[in-house]
Amino acid sequence: MVIVLTGVTVVAGALLGYVNELTKEPIAQANAKALSDAIAIVVPGFDNNPAEAPETIELEGATYKIYKATKGGEFIGAAVESSANGFGGALNVLVGFDKDGNIIDYSLLSHAETPGLGSKAADWFKKGGKGDITGMNPGQKALTVSKDGGQVDAITASTITSRAFLQAVNNAYVAYSGQQVDGASGATQQVSATVEKDTTACSGTLCKEGQTCDAKCDSCKVACGEKCDSVNCKKANCANVDCKKAECPNKDCKNKK
Amino acid sequence: MNNFKVLMNGIVKENPTFVLLLGMCPTLGTTSSAINGMGMGLATMFVLICSNVVISSIKNLIPDMVRIPAFIVVIASFVTLLQMIMQAYVPALYATLGLFIPLIVVNCILLGRAEAFAAKNGPVPSFFDGLGMGLGFTLALTILGGVREFLGTGKLFDIAIMPEQYGMLIFVLAPGAFIALGYLIAIVNKLKKA
Repeated sequence: MVIVLTGVTVVAGALLGYVNELTKEPIAQANAKALSDAIAIVVPGFDNNPAEAPETIELEGATYKIYKATKGGEFIGAAVESSANGFGGALNVLVGFDKDGNIIDYSLLSHAETPGLGSKAADWFKKGGKGDITGMNPGQKALTVSKDGGQVDAITASTITSRAFLQAVNNAYVAYSGQQVDGASGATQQVSATVEKDTTACSGTLCKEGQTCDAKCDSCKVACGEKCDSVNCKKANCANVDCKKAECPNKDCKNKK
Repeated sequence: MNNFKVLMNGIVKENPTFVLLLGMCPTLGTTSSAINGMGMGLATMFVLICSNVVISSIKNLIPDMVRIPAFIVVIASFVTLLQMIMQAYVPALYATLGLFIPLIVVNCILLGRAEAFAAKNGPVPSFFDGLGMGLGFTLALTILGGVREFLGTGKLFDIAIMPEQYGMLIFVLAPGAFIALGYLIAIVNKLKKA
């Protein structure tokens, strides 16, 4: 009895493992193609391969992927992958900005909104849709639905989805504008990394209050004191906001009880 | 002739959705449009045929006490295979149906047919049973999806038939699924008695 059941599971496991190996490559290719197709829609006219080397930045706990588009070596815009909590779950959106921060287009990567209501977000905010956001610049005024005093018409009967969508777009802009500082300086990414940084900002992103930029880690951290700062970053000792690790001398830690 | 009877049995006499009332969870969840219902039905049919054939071929090797876990392993394996293959070779279809594929595992039609038919019959009749039940399920889901899509959005298979503002949105949402299914079952029962 046990042997038979074990046999069945072993055969099934082996078969699944084999097919997984077999389909791994095509699945990765299909995903990459879907992504590059989406990028081509939201930031048209590039001649590099933005999907190849996305930049990841972290802002307030969320990660954003930025796909930079260049033409003839010149920066023309970027597609930013952003997400927000919609009505039915995570709402992932890819927003394309030109180099001035105007929205070119967007693409809804994945969502779990109600079919027939929130799912209309796939076209609603596009050019020709009722809540057209193309050409707007979230840097001048953050996008909000008209119900909240904003300039964008929400999807009928789907205000929560609309708010989440616009929040994702606004967040994408914040991530993009922080990133764009490097792009606008004309320097390539490697050169700009060596440029001396403002101690309150990392990679052009302002640190939260009470945090400073750690030069070694290039990330925002709470200052733990002199001794702690000298500890090797790889051990991530300083990354601990509350400095609980033994390496941090108690008296130097602000947040220690 | 016998196989033909088995086939028709699944489509009409023992239609899994309208008569046996099996697999209600994916039925209600996925039929927001005709194409979604059809896709779910076809995916289920594929798994149903494969699992029926495999289970009927290995039924003599499996002791009675562990038959249910063994059947579930077979079914779950086929569902995972289907998911991986779809993701790799038909990403467009996977994008619409991907969410529903894992639901097939918990569809009681699969285990129901494995127990009621495949475990007692040979691979060839089991194949036809899987095909018939699968077609019956696909047909039922397509009709239900079509009714809901038409009443809810005025479209059928994404082709606009009447202006969208006349659509009753409730039919696209969960309550509409229950209402539409209830009326369809009533109609089928009426037709069967006649």
